[in-house]
Amino acid sequence: MADLVYFSSVSGNTRRFVEKLGTPAHRIPLYATEAPLKVDEPYVLVLPTYGGGSTGGAVPKQVIRFLNDSHNRSLIKGVIAAGNTNFGEAYCLAGDIVAQKCKVDTLYRFEVFGTPDDVEAVITGLEEFWKAH
Amino acid sequence: MAEQLRLARNVQAINWNKIQDDKDVEVWNRLVNNFWLPEKVPLSNDVQSWNTLTPAEQQLTMRVFTGLTLLDTIQGTVGAVSLIPDAVTPHEEAVYTNIAFMESVHAKSYSSIFSTLSNTKDIDEAFRWSTENPNLQKKADIVLDDYHGNDPLKRKVSSTLLESFLFYSGFYLPMYWSSRAKLTNTADLIRLIIRDEAVHGYYIGYKFQKGLEKVDQAKRDEIKDYTFSLVYDLYENETQYTQDLYDEVGLTEDVKKFLHYNANKALMNLGYEPMFPKSVTDVNPAILSALSPNADENHDFFSGSGSSYVIGKAVNTEDEDWDF
Repeated sequence: MADLVYFSSVSGNTRRFVEKLGTPAHRIPLYATEAPLKVDEPYVLVLPTYGGGSTGGAVPKQVIRFLNDSHNRSLIKGVIAAGNTNFGEAYCLAGDIVAQKCKVDTLYRFEVFGTPDDVEAVITGLEEFWKAH
Repeated sequence: MAEQLRLARNVQAINWNKIQDDKDVEVWNRLVNNFWLPEKVPLSNDVQSWNTLTPAEQQLTMRVFTGLTLLDTIQGTVGAVSLIPDAVTPHEEAVYTNIAFMESVHAKSYSSIFSTLSNTKDIDEAFRWSTENPNLQKKADIVLDDYHGNDPLKRKVSSTLLESFLFYSGFYLPMYWSSRAKLTNTADLIRLIIRDEAVHGYYIGYKFQKGLEKVDQAKRDEIKDYTFSLVYDLYENETQYTQDLYDEVGLTEDVKKFLHYNANKALMNLGYEPMFPKSVTDVNPAILSALSPNADENHDFFSGSGSSYVIGKAVNTEDEDWDF
């Protein structure tokens, strides 16, 4: 199975979801002073949505920085997005924006740090997904 | 007996150029960007729609909204304010003042709805109902006890549960009307409130988890037990409140699913695992769609059960695609 790349803010909700999956995962660094993440294997990106209003600022700037590296960008195979349905139209918007820009699919959406059902669906789903990719 | 007034003692000039917790700035910015006022929502466009509701439906709607008004009033004048003396950073204090003010905006916006759609007699009757309804008063008492208590962690638990759980027996109704193409401007306003409460619940829950990191395991266990029993007590009360309001229109069971779904999210905001299983959190898709127009699309690519996804073809992107 290939890897996950994820971003999680200091609240750690996305990290918590990724840890439950038990899949090898690389964290996009939180601070600009840290060494940027470089990947060499195909991966699925897991990211939270920032904002709750407009499109601007929905994608965390750390994720933009990571994807601005064209080598990193060339290896993305899918997106899993976290959000909150209470953000209305902006629910998991960051996932949709990245998926559209990278021409890949949003594979799954979950809220906060995901329910046990979400974890199960994603573990099974990723296994199947990597067989096909 | 007069209570001791709790106010922050150590106050220094707040320096926004020196940040201890990035979350404070992030949430402050988000709240400021989300700022709105009820005057911006064209509520009068709902007058015709309001007149298509039966008297019983109108009364239900007004009662639900006075119930929400009470919660917003409590959160604005007591709840968010009570968190200020416990704040760890000066920026956290500032965020609570923002939350407190916005809750007062929410409370006032229900009065805008009332004055647009109804009349003084019915408005007065609805407010009288809110002071007399035992389940509504009980939920107010439960959270107020914690707000006046001496445990900063319990204060945050109650505050998060109010923001992320207790509102939803009320929020259900405007989402329901909206799904039937009724009171759609009112629903627009309620969605703005829901968006704000989501940020509030997330932030207070986050600060709760930071607070929990600083106490020993025994205290953590105590707080966890306390939280789950509080959710249970509030849930019991919400169930009765829901039956009392919604039995007549036959929506109680549908509302309860929405309560379970939101109780789970409230617990998750506090960092706890959800307690209601999937079988009872299957919110009516029409309600979910009214809440979040893009949440009802099949978002489980893996299951392949929906129609909204096709396998994408990979195309290399250009640098100019990355101008966010």
